[in-house]
Amino acid sequence: MVDPDRQLVFQARGVTKVYDMGEVQVHALRGVDLELYAGELVVMLGPSGSGKSTLLNILGGLDTATDGFVGYLDSDLTRASQRELTEFRRHHVGFVFQFYNLIPSLTARENVAIVTEIARDPMTPEDALALVELGDRLDHFPSQLSGGQQQRVAIARAIAKNPQVLLCDEPTGALDSETGVIVLEALDRVNRELGTTTAVITHNVTIGGMADRVIKMGDGKVTDVLVNQTKKQPHEMHW
Amino acid sequence: MRSIYRKLFRDLWYMRGMALAIALVVTCGVATYVMSRSTLDALTTTLDEFYSEYRFAEVFATLKRAPESVARRVSALEGVDVLATRVVAGASLDIEGYQEPVQAQIISVPDEGPPVLNGLYFVEGRSVDAYRDDEVVVSDAFAEAHGFRPGDELGAVLNGRRKQLRIVGIVRTPEYLYQLAPGSFIPDFERFGILWMGRTPLATAFDMQGAFNDLSLILAPGASREEVIEAVDLILRPYGGFGAIGREDQQSHFYITEEFRQLDQMATIFPVIFLGVAAFLLNVVVTRLVQTQREQIAVLKAFGYSNIQIGVHYLLLVSGIMLLGVLGGLALGIRFGFGLAELYMQFYRFPYIHYQLNPGVVGNALAVSMLAAYIGTMAAVRRAALLPPAEAMRPEPPPRYRQSIVERLGLSRWLAQPTRMIIRHLDRHPVKAFFAVIGIACASALLLMGQFFDGAMNYMMEIQFSMAQRDDLSVTFFEPTSRKALYGLESIPGVEYGEVFRAAPVRLHNGNRTYRTAIQGVEPRGDLFRLLNTDLDVVEPPPDGILIPPHLGKLLGVAPGDTLHVEVLEGSRPTRSVPVADFMEQYIGLGAYMRIDALNKLLREGPAISGVFLETDEAVITDVYDVLKEIPRVAGVSSRLQSIEDFYDNMGETMLVFAFFYTLFAAAIAFAIIYNSARIALSERARELASLRILGFRQSEVAYILLGELALLTLIAIPVGFMIGWALCIYMVSSLQTELIRFPFVMSAGSYAFSAVIVMGSALLTGLIIRRRLYRLDLVSVLKTRE
Ligand SMILES: Nc1ncnc2c1ncn2[C@@H]1O[C@H](COP(=O)(O)OP(=O)(O)OP(=O)(O)O)[C@@H](O)[C@H]1O
Ligand SMILES: [Mg+2]
Repeated sequence: MVDPDRQLVFQARGVTKVYDMGEVQVHALRGVDLELYAGELVVMLGPSGSGKSTLLNILGGLDTATDGFVGYLDSDLTRASQRELTEFRRHHVGFVFQFYNLIPSLTARENVAIVTEIARDPMTPEDALALVELGDRLDHFPSQLSGGQQQRVAIARAIAKNPQVLLCDEPTGALDSETGVIVLEALDRVNRELGTTTAVITHNVTIGGMADRVIKMGDGKVTDVLVNQTKKQPHEMHW
Repeated sequence: MRSIYRKLFRDLWYMRGMALAIALVVTCGVATYVMSRSTLDALTTTLDEFYSEYRFAEVFATLKRAPESVARRVSALEGVDVLATRVVAGASLDIEGYQEPVQAQIISVPDEGPPVLNGLYFVEGRSVDAYRDDEVVVSDAFAEAHGFRPGDELGAVLNGRRKQLRIVGIVRTPEYLYQLAPGSFIPDFERFGILWMGRTPLATAFDMQGAFNDLSLILAPGASREEVIEAVDLILRPYGGFGAIGREDQQSHFYITEEFRQLDQMATIFPVIFLGVAAFLLNVVVTRLVQTQREQIAVLKAFGYSNIQIGVHYLLLVSGIMLLGVLGGLALGIRFGFGLAELYMQFYRFPYIHYQLNPGVVGNALAVSMLAAYIGTMAAVRRAALLPPAEAMRPEPPPRYRQSIVERLGLSRWLAQPTRMIIRHLDRHPVKAFFAVIGIACASALLLMGQFFDGAMNYMMEIQFSMAQRDDLSVTFFEPTSRKALYGLESIPGVEYGEVFRAAPVRLHNGNRTYRTAIQGVEPRGDLFRLLNTDLDVVEPPPDGILIPPHLGKLLGVAPGDTLHVEVLEGSRPTRSVPVADFMEQYIGLGAYMRIDALNKLLREGPAISGVFLETDEAVITDVYDVLKEIPRVAGVSSRLQSIEDFYDNMGETMLVFAFFYTLFAAAIAFAIIYNSARIALSERARELASLRILGFRQSEVAYILLGELALLTLIAIPVGFMIGWALCIYMVSSLQTELIRFPFVMSAGSYAFSAVIVMGSALLTGLIIRRRLYRLDLVSVLKTRE
């Protein structure tokens, strides 16, 4: 349900990204136009190599566009310096990656704490882990957790600083269907309870069912945007 | 504690093996630095204090004989503060139960009170009773060598008259910290002693009543030493003055400062090399660490850690390792330094030693190590700090595939699969292999360097005491004598053959550069004393002209073909010009050599000799000694074999003590480096090897893949290390050249073998440790995460 009065969080206009590989140039993005609104949950679908990760990285300030405009609230990310991008990530964005990317030498609690310690108005690591139902595994190291549990720690780490946006790149890619559902429930809950704008990249068309909107990408462009009239609950989905 | 610091400590803990190995290298570097620097500080402050407390003189002059009134004229000179005159005489001693002749120098002590200058520190006993002609005080090195205690007696020949002397005291003095018999380069405490006797009885024995033949003085504040020396020379010239010298030319002081300088250089070179190695290792380790933690760095950045915070994180890691090493090095350095200082105190016979650790030394150790570490890791830390986060999210691109040398040469058929994997891995990662080889090569080079002194010293002794000097005994006379003395000595039963020599103290001049030494005149076609050119071929002394070692040429700024001005410091003291005929090799001491007849001519004298080299029958050598002791004009007898022994006992020791510590450290470092490179390889390849195990490779095959590579790299590294070691030794040889000793650059086969054995031993030990770890490899964890 897109309410045009809702606040615009991200706005992308004609975003291109070219990787210069010396002899060849890879056009990862060829002019992307996109809006993300406050509090919505979007799912991005598309074939491998279509530029999803590239786009998400640019939105999250991990990477910069070759050309075009990317705006976040009132600021222009395309003009931001590295320092400003760092500040942007520090205070506004939470990331979830396909391979969790936890720090192996830190426990679940410490993996979350390493982010809350530099954030402005974080929740406690314990609260964040409770939100993903891992309140009882606080002092376990990543190697002592299952893949799904690790991914939930990664989500807790991403939301613990109360970010405005949560960017997830194939959060269930490495997980089985049941564990995937648990992870998606955690994301859905965060989106509902905290109102965090959430973007989820996936290859799994079924997951599109839980989104407010589904954005389809192909060959470096947005090819289609679907609005879900009725959102599904994660536990209603199977693949 | 903040989680980022937790990560720091856990990372350090996780890599503790490598961290400890590096810290160990730092410990060695800092320990050598602190040990030698604090020892050197202790030695110099102690020396200074001993000098001032016992009023070591600043200018020394010896002469034939002058009445006391002359001393008053010197004393009245502007610039002279305190002056003391003495009677100094040579004597030969007869010690009961000791066969060889013993040479002594007897110095007068004032009739009233202690010496004004060059004071005596009493280890035992008391000073002589001024008017007893049979009491003496002896130097403690001499006393120790013979086990003398106050109350013991010894026989002496004073000016041809036999006398029984009683020891009443045992002393040390700043004037004879280093005791050399005249004309000798090597201390010999058994055959040369310093004795003190009352002025009146000594003067009476040597017909020196109301006169003196030795003068020393301390300068008034602000006085010019050169001017005073010149003025003193002018006054003493008519009385047979041999030329006054400043403290820096005084024998004991000169040798001591030379040795300190050598210690000082070693104290610089070794820590620099060790810290360089540590910096290199840190570079390798941190580079690898940043590579393996790419994704962690990316995550931290994705969540808002800044470049600076990441950079600081890795710098802190480096600092942690360094701090560990520095603290260990300080502890060890202080511990060893204290021991070493005590050792040197005994060696130099200081009455005490002030061992203290200068805060500056600690500060320098810390600052220099940290600087070395930061320079070594700068590139890696920079890379971590500047890693673009989006790029870091993906693992590093795999190396581009190409056929390895095994496939290209079609060798794969002949090699087993694991061997092919070793070669393929090395072929694909040439840079890593290169660094591993360099690391191990450093270990081998350090060991070679530690061993160098031993080998070089043996070689040096071999050249000096078997190629050049071949006599059994060398006899010196009190005064230049006629050649007939040779026939007298040759007629002693047991003496088979003799060759004469003439030695004269001189000052060599070239422009305003001067050097005080002795010219030795040797017989042409001599067999007992031969001159060697710089290629170590035996050469004849030229009919005229002088031969000098290249180092003396460097000091004086002359080369073969140039002319030197020779100021003779005895007899009529003529000054002559002599051409430098050629350079010659001499490793110990700095002398000048001529043909004996040319020297006689230069000295404006007939065929006089100063002494004789003898070849004797070893079996009856004690009989020869007995006869020599009875000959009044014989001032001293020295045995070549004894000189070799004395060298190792006395001078060799200071160097070898250092070399021993360095070898110890080098061995520790060798192990640290090899263990470290193996651990890095293990941590990098654990996944791959675990995967192979999952695929069905046996433990032994997997161990072979990793350890075979280590073995191969070690074997390649050893000869590379020899080359690095050469370069380091050549550098060291050139920077350790002193007037006392110049090490030849030679490397003994034993040194190579030692270095290779320690390196291979370390590799073996490392292999055993690594194999245990490999066998405990966690196969399941590999499946859990991606790569
Ligand atoms: N660092 C890079 N250098 C060169 N090309 C790159 C780089 N990163 C991405 N690309 C290229 O950009 C294009 C888009 O990549 P991107 O990772 O965004 O795809 P994606 O849609 O996320 O694919 P997937 O679903 O497989 O993750 C691809 O063709 C990829 O090869
Ligand atoms: Mg992707």
